[in-house]
Amino acid sequence: MTNTGLTRLTAAAMSDRLRAGDLSSRELVEAHLALAARENPALNAWLVLDGAGARGAADDADARLAVARNEGAAALASLHPLCGVPVGLKDLVSVRGGQCTAGSRILAGYVSPYDAHITERLRDAGAVILGKLNMDEFAMGSSTEHSAYGPTANPWDLGRVPGGSSGGSAASVAAGHVPLSIGTDTGGSIRQPAALTGIVGLKPTYGRVSRYGIVAFASSLDQIGPFARDARDAAMLLHAIAGRDERDSTSAPLPVPDDLLHLPATDDEAAGHLRGLRLGLPREYFVAGMEPGVEARVREAVAALAAAGAEIVDVSLPHTDYGLATYYIVAPAEASANLARYDGIRFGHAVRDGDVLANYLATRGSGFGAEVKRRIMLGTYALSAGYYDAYYLKAQKVRTLIKADFDAAFGAGIDALVAPTSPSVAWPFGAKLDDPVAMYLSDACTLPVNMAGLPGISIPAGLSDGLPVGLQLIGPAWSELALVRLARAYEAITADAPWRGLEPTGLAALRAPAGIVP
Amino acid sequence: MGTLSRDEVEHVAHLARLGLSDEELTRLVGQLNHILDQYAILARLDTDAIPPTAQTIELENILREDVARPSLSQAEALANAPERDGSYVVVPAILGGD
Repeated sequence: MTNTGLTRLTAAAMSDRLRAGDLSSRELVEAHLALAARENPALNAWLVLDGAGARGAADDADARLAVARNEGAAALASLHPLCGVPVGLKDLVSVRGGQCTAGSRILAGYVSPYDAHITERLRDAGAVILGKLNMDEFAMGSSTEHSAYGPTANPWDLGRVPGGSSGGSAASVAAGHVPLSIGTDTGGSIRQPAALTGIVGLKPTYGRVSRYGIVAFASSLDQIGPFARDARDAAMLLHAIAGRDERDSTSAPLPVPDDLLHLPATDDEAAGHLRGLRLGLPREYFVAGMEPGVEARVREAVAALAAAGAEIVDVSLPHTDYGLATYYIVAPAEASANLARYDGIRFGHAVRDGDVLANYLATRGSGFGAEVKRRIMLGTYALSAGYYDAYYLKAQKVRTLIKADFDAAFGAGIDALVAPTSPSVAWPFGAKLDDPVAMYLSDACTLPVNMAGLPGISIPAGLSDGLPVGLQLIGPAWSELALVRLARAYEAITADAPWRGLEPTGLAALRAPAGIVP
Repeated sequence: MGTLSRDEVEHVAHLARLGLSDEELTRLVGQLNHILDQYAILARLDTDAIPPTAQTIELENILREDVARPSLSQAEALANAPERDGSYVVVPAILGGD
């Protein structure tokens, strides 16, 4: 049997074949490692490919699958569907004995002494960790150009950014280097890169996934979630990582629905979910400055949902325009406190330059990149004596109003909101690098969702000028199951769209001359 | 909402324990002021009667049993320290004298 096509399978299809015994985890891992190793020089999505660790985990998964097959259907059913399936992790997820740079020079050489909660959960499920993925430093950025380890390229156009901050996680899944990956989303860092690379990215409700062992950026906003190439796969990965963990006191003691593993496989059944659904169209999300091609794809998606039986209702979220300013006070303030721990004493990059103050200045001045320094400066200023009330307290009050907008919409019987994920498609490297405000504006449609702690998912909705456009679905707290069902329904009603199943064009150019079939 | 001078930017950098070059300071004065200009929009909202939101989920008083459990060994806890002396992390002197 050849490896041809293995890297284009969905995780669900891999899982079925692994259980049936006509495919081994080892074969899957070898195919994905080979493709990733070949293309990473062009993409720079992976900071580490852990071939030895992945092969060992794959062999373990194959052994578990073999035992379960011998024991019968009940034993096979008791295995998590991710058993034997490769996954990638954003390089801020702790994996015992491995690097965890968070895209920063200041964590170069640091070795994680323990596993993150989600790493434990993935190991328990039998998922195979293929390596660690590139990101904007400390998850601060919208393009992955702020990584200390170089930018990641967009598989659709190698001269453009993949979005960020989870750009490596998005690019690796879009490229087929891995069917699933983990990212984090503080202001859009899962949904926006998913949109810009044409895949699915889900930001769960704040508290759905334990943050234990994840490098912190803004602790009241950070949430961990899956990237996948379709809604079923995203739901499967969410199921594996979600749930209460007493080591994160903000993780919610709520059951994780097993129905996340049972999204409809047939398009007819999936599309039936739309009948009677009330979807809100928030007028403030169709902002001035949105690219016409993005707006056109989103409006077409809304029309398709309406044609399939959903009721579309115009809604207003009147404090949307205040989201950007509010976020860029709250998030940097929390970041400036979280990043105080990088002191060059207990771990990480250290420069000795005289007395203790000189050491701090030299260690932090040389260890952090430009964007992280900007955010620490903003946050320190917003929290400093005389400015706290004017900035931080004011922002927390406006946060209350932003959350109340969403509460009012859902309280009025809206099942989910439908909006663009990003006002633009992927932009060329460097286009926004010297203008922080322009970069920040690229998250205008995603960061209010973090301010309110809500779940959101970005799903592919076609192309504009040959580049992917994302459709964002936002639900009330804890509505992840309803969101992935809605996402699955949209996939079903657009299953025959000409853009479905297209290979990323940037890689097509890379693969064609060598005759490579992934 | 006010303009940050170069002196103020230097003061904030000191508070944040960030060593910045002259060039970085110059660039930050412009960039931070441009970002602070975006904050001005918040002054349009009357929030006197609005309570602040620090977290979005209604979880309070999360408690667990206080039980002993395994933790990192001393060697593991020290493994990432830039400077060690036996079972100690070496830190620069913070008081004067030898």
